[in-house]
Amino acid sequence: MIDTERRRLLKIAGTLILGSMLPIIPCSASSPGRSASAAGAGRWGMVIDPRKCPAGCRDCIDACHAVHNVPHIAGPGNEIRWIRQVPFQNAFPDQGHPYLDAGRRDVPVLALCNHCENPPCVRVCPTKATFRRSDGIVVMDYHRCIGCRFCIAACPYGSRSMNFRDPRPFIRTVNPDYPTRTRGVVEKCNFCEERLAKGMPPACVEACGKRGALLFGDMTDPSSEIRRLMKDRPTIRRRPELGTDPHVFYIVS
Amino acid sequence: MKGRRGGLIAIGIGLAVFLALATYPFWHAAGKAMPVPELDLETPAIRALPARLCVAPTAEMKTRHMQILDEWRTEVVRNGRRTFETPDGRRFDRSLTRTCMQCHSNKERFCDRCHDYAGVKPKCWDCHIVPETPSGEASAAVAGKGTLK
Repeated sequence: MIDTERRRLLKIAGTLILGSMLPIIPCSASSPGRSASAAGAGRWGMVIDPRKCPAGCRDCIDACHAVHNVPHIAGPGNEIRWIRQVPFQNAFPDQGHPYLDAGRRDVPVLALCNHCENPPCVRVCPTKATFRRSDGIVVMDYHRCIGCRFCIAACPYGSRSMNFRDPRPFIRTVNPDYPTRTRGVVEKCNFCEERLAKGMPPACVEACGKRGALLFGDMTDPSSEIRRLMKDRPTIRRRPELGTDPHVFYIVS
Repeated sequence: MKGRRGGLIAIGIGLAVFLALATYPFWHAAGKAMPVPELDLETPAIRALPARLCVAPTAEMKTRHMQILDEWRTEVVRNGRRTFETPDGRRFDRSLTRTCMQCHSNKERFCDRCHDYAGVKPKCWDCHIVPETPSGEASAAVAGKGTLK
């Protein structure tokens, strides 16, 4: 059951694949698993104001990647990214048009896991290594990941990275308080659930600080800072038409 | 007749050599069992404890520490319950590196000794980082604070 370790899981998964080749086996479709939350929020969410990002600033990315021992592997394909900058057109492919204000079009947009209410990655994960907590955070249990990369295929936001090689030699400064990953597992942003458990804000939000491009809070609390900001400023989400119900919001005005 | 007898002798010698080689590990190691490793409990943190108590009685820790670690992992990662309370009311952070290894700061002379003897290879340290201790037990420090060994 839950205490199954990776090696055993691989064996079980292999057996199941062989088993699935047998003629008829009733198969139950599972809904995204939900489990108890840690730090008491109803629903965590984030608001990003791209126009408050100073040009060339990478403070949030560096802070996140340092805290979580994210390796610096160059080159497309092998790169591991929890939070990254993408062109507006890539983040919002259906929002671009020829008359889009250049100031908006040319400002890179921060992209990270959207911690969807209806996460496709959770639905496809065969080992339930990825699951959704009741506070909305989509987290990974790296002990269970078998590296099948179904989640990478399922995520419409490209928020997940695969460790195609041993990440350890590529970690610049090791944070001993957070584990690394091994070759063969997928990783992604966890909304800093390990910091929230200690009552600290996510590392990216803390690094951004007074610039205020990143705001984090409880979406279910109408008096929270994040909800009050969203009342005043119109926000959009990345590809909401897919029905994933993403919980990272972008200020557009 | 003579040739046949010679052939039999050759087969006999061959069999004897084969048996001697095949059973070599058994008779070579006969009576030479590996001594049961002695675990080193003398770390500064353990010596400083008012009472030498782990999160469970020693006998249970010896036989069930792996299950306890599995339960802790499940509770933290999947259920978000990070605090462990012993029946006598002591509270611990459910953490291999921040709880277990703070007392048992001598991985080589505690974890490894027994695991090597028993021939088990736990994969904890593929991801988790051995904490650097004040006495410098952990080796090959990376970036001065932890070690990736």
